[in-house]
Amino acid sequence: MRTGSARARVADVMTDARPPRAGGAMVEFDNVGLRYGPDGEVLRDISFNLQPGSFYFLTGASGAGKTSLLRMLYLAQRPSRGIVRLFGEDLGAMPRHRLPGFRRRIGVVFQDFRLIPHLSARDNIALPLRIAGVGEEDLAGPVGEMLSWIGLDARAEARPATLSGGEQQRVAIARAVIARPQLLVADEPTGNVDPDMAMRLLGLFEALNRLGTTVIVATHDIHLISRIDNAQMMRLEKGRLSDPTGALRYPPNRA
Amino acid sequence: MIIPRVPVQHRRLLPDRRLSGPTPWVIAILMMLTLLAAAAGVGLARSANAIGDAIAGRITVQIVTANPVTRAEQAAALRREAAAQPYVRVARNVEQNELLATLGQWLGSADGDDPVLKSLPLPALVDIDLVGGDRAGQLARLDALVDQVAPGARVIPHAEWLGPVAQLIRSLAWVAGGLVLLMILASGAVVIMTARAALGTHYATIEMLHLIGATDRQIARLFQRRIAIDTAYGIALGTAVAAAILLLIGWQWSDVTAGLAATASLGPGGWALLLALPLLAIALAALTARQTLLAALKKIL
Repeated sequence: MRTGSARARVADVMTDARPPRAGGAMVEFDNVGLRYGPDGEVLRDISFNLQPGSFYFLTGASGAGKTSLLRMLYLAQRPSRGIVRLFGEDLGAMPRHRLPGFRRRIGVVFQDFRLIPHLSARDNIALPLRIAGVGEEDLAGPVGEMLSWIGLDARAEARPATLSGGEQQRVAIARAVIARPQLLVADEPTGNVDPDMAMRLLGLFEALNRLGTTVIVATHDIHLISRIDNAQMMRLEKGRLSDPTGALRYPPNRA
Repeated sequence: MIIPRVPVQHRRLLPDRRLSGPTPWVIAILMMLTLLAAAAGVGLARSANAIGDAIAGRITVQIVTANPVTRAEQAAALRREAAAQPYVRVARNVEQNELLATLGQWLGSADGDDPVLKSLPLPALVDIDLVGGDRAGQLARLDALVDQVAPGARVIPHAEWLGPVAQLIRSLAWVAGGLVLLMILASGAVVIMTARAALGTHYATIEMLHLIGATDRQIARLFQRRIAIDTAYGIALGTAVAAAILLLIGWQWSDVTAGLAATASLGPGGWALLLALPLLAIALAALTARQTLLAALKKIL
């Protein structure tokens, strides 16, 4: 994953790339509720902490609210009530112009990939770095390396419409991790890939996690959960978060 | 910067095809009409001013004394006395032949040598040009002078009968100016609709760009650039067609040297305004697009 100075230059231009304060949680949800429109809340009384460098699985039945919870994590949605702190800062009080800097610290793998259809696989993967202002001369190395890693060197110039579902998912994952995010949010990232590729992708997440990235993966795949040592599990049931492993105690244990 | 500079790789974030479909054509039509209306407005305003300048201080005194000898004597005396006044710039007798020639154009004998025409009891006319300043006071003094030298003569300020024509032309110039303003507003509305339509069409891309950390300015610049280029194409086309029409009209107009038509021209200021309008239109379109885009993007988290 490392490419020497190019990688270092890439890291340099990623804005706000500082770790959360020592001893602080990466993410804190305090009594958060979310509703869409006038209907009842889809998420209720959600409270948890995500510690820096930890690996979490988010499980729950379809419609339990996993994607809604992840949307708040990757700043696509503000909560209807409660407090969300990200990297130690209260999102409710955060001015809108600071959001892009925070979003650049978060990598997202969407359930529906959300690749930009008129861009090649290479350009889709390079997108976060380009948006962050990384120069073209520094892009080629990391992007080429990522393409090799996901096994799509030969299809680098292919448009998403010509890629299979699994290939699109690999491109989406490469795009999410190329900027070495501090927090990686993945919504069913292995849903469209074969078991071998699922294991490789999980290996990538684990490698990133070892480098300090906090990872949260929403999945139905029980086998996947068992493959990561020390992973903690969060379970959503009808919009409420349960804590089967006791890892999400609230108020949190603060050192 | 009217058309923002965007790195080539970022430009590819929007598809290659034109964003706005018919926008360049609509803008071209509006620009052409704007320039033609502006040219008409400038031409009419210059005509009105030229007529106004010409008639503002011109007076004609009509002496209708029945005895032709007395009438001629009164006309000569009035010319002499008027020319001696400090508020009179020029005074001259209108020659009989000149009167006959003018009447002949209306009564069927262009040479003015028709015996019937010559038998008409024509008044003696004295044209007087006043110097600038207190027009009302000058007219009052001239009235008094006329009463003294040629009792019963009629003093006719040209502004009295040509003034409404100049006023009408001036009103038409304002109407043309209003049309220019309305068409600029319509062009702005087209740009706003184009920007909103573009945001709607590319909402998924915009949301994606937001979520990976793109700022509103980065996104707005992409769209602003594309809309400004589309608009510039339309403006260039509209300007070219309007210029061709104006040059054709100007070429045909160059043969017209008589009457009100001869006073209608654009002048250097008018041409400068017409050249500035397309540039202002591009700048306005880019600014409108930018503001519309930023306002719309703010509504997205």
